[in-house]
Amino acid sequence: MNEVRGAAGDVSADASPAAPTEPKSALRFALPLGIFVVLAGFLFVGLGLNPREVPSPFIGKPAPAFQLTQLARPEQSFSPQQMQGEVWLFNVWASWCVACRIEHPLLVDLAKKNVIPIVGLNYKDKRDAALGWLGQFGDPYQLSVVDTDGRVGIDYGVYGVPETFVIDKTGVIRFKQIGPITEAAWRDKILPLVRQLQKS
Amino acid sequence: MTLRTAIACVLLALLTSGVSAATPALQLDAAGARRAAALAEQLRCLVCQNQSIAESNAELAVDLRREINEQIRAGRSDTDIRDFMVARYGDFVLYRPPVKSHTLLLWFGPALLAIAALLAFMRALRNRRRRVSERPLTDAEHAEAARLLGGPASTPQ
Repeated sequence: MNEVRGAAGDVSADASPAAPTEPKSALRFALPLGIFVVLAGFLFVGLGLNPREVPSPFIGKPAPAFQLTQLARPEQSFSPQQMQGEVWLFNVWASWCVACRIEHPLLVDLAKKNVIPIVGLNYKDKRDAALGWLGQFGDPYQLSVVDTDGRVGIDYGVYGVPETFVIDKTGVIRFKQIGPITEAAWRDKILPLVRQLQKS
Repeated sequence: MTLRTAIACVLLALLTSGVSAATPALQLDAAGARRAAALAEQLRCLVCQNQSIAESNAELAVDLRREINEQIRAGRSDTDIRDFMVARYGDFVLYRPPVKSHTLLLWFGPALLAIAALLAFMRALRNRRRRVSERPLTDAEHAEAARLLGGPASTPQ
């Protein structure tokens, strides 16, 4: 119908209804472009996120209590209360865990320099294999405790070994590293936090 | 024949005893088993992330299924068990995220989008109606239309 009228050359009738649509033509292109840019922005940020880094519900909460036997001295047990008054690392490891070998030299180095006490949670492992592994790669742990059936692991929400918790002097979890501690994570995140916690 | 029967009996006994020995702590009644299966399907396995605890064969999923079974046997409610999981693994463990301030957009975003689309559609329709006016054609327009259509010139009623 519009076309017919246009063809009739009725200028006055054509101009008036077309007028309100004119300023909108800019919006017509800007709106989809805007939506596209926003969507692309979100997707681009999403590309850089690691889906394995699930926010831990433990930050700011007291470390769950447990009582487990020690790896090297099976007749002795350990519970987190014994670390009261110290800032310490609680590192979940296993001899079958390949990624643990990546962070292990860093832990050994920390132990050598006496930066922070490290307690190991030997997760779903066999005692012989675990002791053999420590003999081969070095033992950075003040002590390791044995969690054969993974129950303490469940209490700590462990799902990707290695995991490392920073626990403060009052026994509150302040940070959780999922996966191996990289040099960058240690330098930029964990060490500054540890220093700050040790001063307080 | 009797020897064969005896051997069969021994084998059968071995088989069944093996089965019962393998799953001593996991036996639930039918209702309990149904509850355990339903719970396991609502919980995400954090190792494989796109599978539920019921579907996954990751060791953690096996452990968590055992945990669910034990807690059902201990008489804990579904809510207790879900809270137990959330306390350890966060809301991420739930396939159905809870309605919270930071999940409002997730829950109501699609409805908002649908409403926005509906409003835009209604506006477009209204604009279109304004452009297509109801004014009748003039005589000159009728003549032009008739000429273009190639028919005999008609007069408007």
